[in-house]
Parts: sequence; C-alpha cells; structure tokens
Amino acid sequence: MKITLKNLKRDYGTLHAVQDVSLTIPSNKIYGIIGRSGAGKSTLVRLISMLEKPDSGEVWYDEERVDNLSKKELIAKRRRIGMIFQNFNLFSSRNALENIAYPMEICHMEKGYIKKRSEELLALVGLEGRGDAPISTLSGGQKQRVAIARALAVQPDILFCDEATSALDPQTTRAILALIKEIQKKMNLTVVMITHQMEVVRDACDFVAVLDSGRVVEEGKVSEVFASPVSDVTKDFLSTGTNMSQSVVRWSQEPGHYTLRFRGQATDEPIISSVTKETGALFNIRAAGVQTVNGEEMGIMALDIGPNEEVAKKAIEKLKEGGISVEVVK
Amino acid sequence: MNQMINLVMSATGETLVMVFFSTLFSLILGLPIGVLLHVTSSEEQGGIIPQPIFNNILGRIVNVLRSFPFIILMILLIPLSRLIVGTSIGTKATIVPLSIAAAPFVARIIESALKEVDPGVVQAAKAMGSTNAQIIIKVLIPEAMPSLVSGVTLTIINLIGYSAMAGAIGGGGLGDLAIRYGYQRFRPSYMVAAVLVILILVEVIQVAGNKLSAKLLASR
Repeated sequence: MKITLKNLKRDYGTLHAVQDVSLTIPSNKIYGIIGRSGAGKSTLVRLISMLEKPDSGEVWYDEERVDNLSKKELIAKRRRIGMIFQNFNLFSSRNALENIAYPMEICHMEKGYIKKRSEELLALVGLEGRGDAPISTLSGGQKQRVAIARALAVQPDILFCDEATSALDPQTTRAILALIKEIQKKMNLTVVMITHQMEVVRDACDFVAVLDSGRVVEEGKVSEVFASPVSDVTKDFLSTGTNMSQSVVRWSQEPGHYTLRFRGQATDEPIISSVTKETGALFNIRAAGVQTVNGEEMGIMALDIGPNEEVAKKAIEKLKEGGISVEVVK
Repeated sequence: MNQMINLVMSATGETLVMVFFSTLFSLILGLPIGVLLHVTSSEEQGGIIPQPIFNNILGRIVNVLRSFPFIILMILLIPLSRLIVGTSIGTKATIVPLSIAAAPFVARIIESALKEVDPGVVQAAKAMGSTNAQIIIKVLIPEAMPSLVSGVTLTIINLIGYSAMAGAIGGGGLGDLAIRYGYQRFRPSYMVAAVLVILILVEVIQVAGNKLSAKLLASR
C-alpha cells in the first residue's frame, strides 16, 4: 500500500512539531524516517498512522484519504494496520499467545481461527511453544517478537515501527531487523520505520527521509543518501553516528579535514593513488572502512589533503570526477 | 456465656451480610463512576475520551459526597432507605447508606487504579482499532486488576468500620452489639468480643486481599 503525505502540519501550542511534510512512501518497501530526538518523528508517525489528526494537510493510503475519517471508519481502517513500539506495549494481563490474539478478538473473529492463527504467528516469529509465557518472563527481543506477531495478526497492509529497536542491544536489533525484512518480503508489507539509529536505516531500509525540526531535509534511496548526503543533519548522522566509529578503523584521534564516500564500483579502484599521481596531492588518511548499505558496498575515509590548498582543490575535483563525494569537515 | 456467643455469632452474621452487600452495591455504583472519571480526564492523564467540563463536575460531586461525615449521611438517607427496603432500621436498611457512602470512595480508588495503566499499552490498543468500550473492558480493567483488587480490599475494610458505626442508629451487627450491650448495659466483655471479631475480620480480609493481588502480579 502506497502512502502519500501532502503538506502535513501539526503544532502543539507554540511548538511546530511537524511543518509542511510531503512524502511518498512506496508500496511494499521498507521506508525509514530518521531524525534526532525532538525532530518530530513521533508526531509524524502518529499522523501517518491515524492516531492523531493533522492541523492541516492530507494523508492518503493508496487512493483513499484517511486523515478525515469518521470515528467508525477510523476504527475499521486502524484494524488494517500494524504497529510496534519502542517499549513493546504488550498487555501484561495476557500471556504471549493472548497478546497475539487481541487484535483478532476485537474484530470478533471466530475463536478456533484465532487460536490457530495465533499459534502460527508465534511460530513465524520464532517463539514456538512459548505461548503461555507471561510477558514479564520474556526478554526484550522476545517481547518485540510477540509485538510483531500481534501487529501482523490481522494481515495488515502497513507496519509502523516506532523506534522498535531503540530499547534493544545491537545483536538483538540485528535479529529483529532481519525478522522484519523477512516478513516484509513474505507478506508484501509496506513498512514505515521511525528511528534515530543510522544503522537501522543502513541495515533494513530501502528508502529514507531525514527529519529535522519538523521538516524533511533529505529524502531518497538509502544507497544514494548514504553516498552523497546533502544536508548537515544527514552528514552529522553519517559521521558522528555510531556507524562511523563501528565500521571504521582509526589511526588517529584527529577527525581529518575531509570525509570521502565511495560507493559501488569506486570501492574497487585505487583512486587515491591515481589522484596522487596526477596532481601530486599528499593524503594523510586518518580513518577508513567499508560498510554494506542495503547490499551495496560503501567506502568511507577521513583524511587531510596536502601539501597546499591549491593542490588540495585540484585533488578534490579529481576525486569528484571519479564519482566520490567529498565533504569538508568543519 | 452461651448467650454472649449466640449474640456475637448472629451479630457477626449481620455484619458480614451488611459488608458483603454494601461492597457489592458500592462497586456497582462506583465502578462506572470511576471508569467515567478516568476516561473523561485529560489526554495527559490517560483519558481516552477527554471531556474536561463533565470530568470536572463529576469530580466535584464525588468529592462532596466523600466529605460528608458518614453518620450524617446515614441520617439524611433514612427516607431513601425507607423507600428502597421499606424500613429505616436494621441490617437491610443500613446497606443503603453504606453503599452510597462507599461508592464515591470506590470511584476514586478505581480511577486511580486505572490511571496507573501504562499509556503506551492503551495507545497500542487504540492503534489496533479498539473501540472505547473494548479499551475499557479488555485493556484498562484487566491491566489494572492487581490494583483494583487492593482497592476493593481497602473498601471492604472501610465498610467493616462503617458498618460498626451504623450500629449507633440501630443498624444491627457487631457495632450495634458493642453499643447496646457493651456500652449501654455496662458489659465490657461484649465490647471486647465485638472488637475482637472486627479485628479478626479486618485481618482476614487484608491478608486474603494482599495474597490475591500478589498472585495476580506474579502471573504476569
């Protein structure tokens, strides 16, 4: 299901949480919305998922407008979407299986079917046989698995993930993301992922929108945004985010004056040496690494360029010609 | 001695009847009011159908009823008792003012138990397309159950105390026994016996309530 947002706005008093957001979220893809805390992510997901109405603007699911539905239509429509949360939000008064059954119960589905489907879903998320476990006995990862099963119970068209991995350790995060990716393919879901973690976008998303102060500052395919970030917020996410420190080998604590990003083909070529040969530029590499973004290899390098500004300028031009993005680090 | 045992036994029976039915009726009256108080409160307080004006008025009424001294309420409600049970004295008649006195207390206890429910869970239920009735019946009340049980325990204990007070206007039960025999006829043994039974009742209810609440929590 395709989601279209047109000029969405939402204020809380004097706080402009979401200002003029227009986005198209393609069908059957994993779409990431990333931003720092306070960027308006949570408000935006509440608007897209019909939990809140915008002050102005429109939300469309395929060819249907959903931001102005009547109460009855709204409830019917919400039963066609799934949502998972940072704090899992499972019912502590129900065990794992009964949690999964809840969305089907409220739609008055037949008891035998509910039981059968709940068991199936439990197996799908890898928790076979844990149906009667009280929620408090489950680990964070297991809780999120139950929440995913619950969200999928009514075979939704869209799955919203609101900071779904933020409370999990890196290893569990990877497992949950892998599960979401697998399910997305299996069930032809449109997944909208709200996060502040760049590695979530890197590992799971096809598309990304970067949110800052309630506005979309950058948007596109993840591989493209990662290769040539335009906005400062995105660059900040890419370099100061955990992803830089995790996947990059550092020789020096100095950050370096330039950040180079290589993608695809460029990672295989000896481009630095070629540029040195052509321009006489001297490179001092401070940190470098290769990471996989959505199946595509991407190189990153923090360095200084010498011996003087003139040569550096020429070298940067050459690098850019070679399809490498060069950022000046402030 | 035999006479005393018989009197204490029958007074205990009367107290139990009074407490049981007034707990039941105060729950029937107080539960919907407590739920209304919670669901119509502001969104920040977890209300799912915010109605500030209604909430304010209802809250004030509950407060006024709660601040009435029970003994005065009992006298004020004599005509109502007569209307409902046909008499204004005795065990049955006392159930009316007891229920009405405890209802606002129950309403507040239920309200505060519901307020403790994690708002995230309610949001999840809403996002899944629950109707308001479904949120109340399938989410709020089950999630708040351990606190609700503690609240009901407290209500029962309060009602044991109130029912003893009702003895003062001829309500029957252990309080009546203590006043008529122990105080007015100068028989301290009756007083002691009545107080002891009340103590035991309170203790038993408290322990049972705590156990049930703890058991509910442990199975989560």
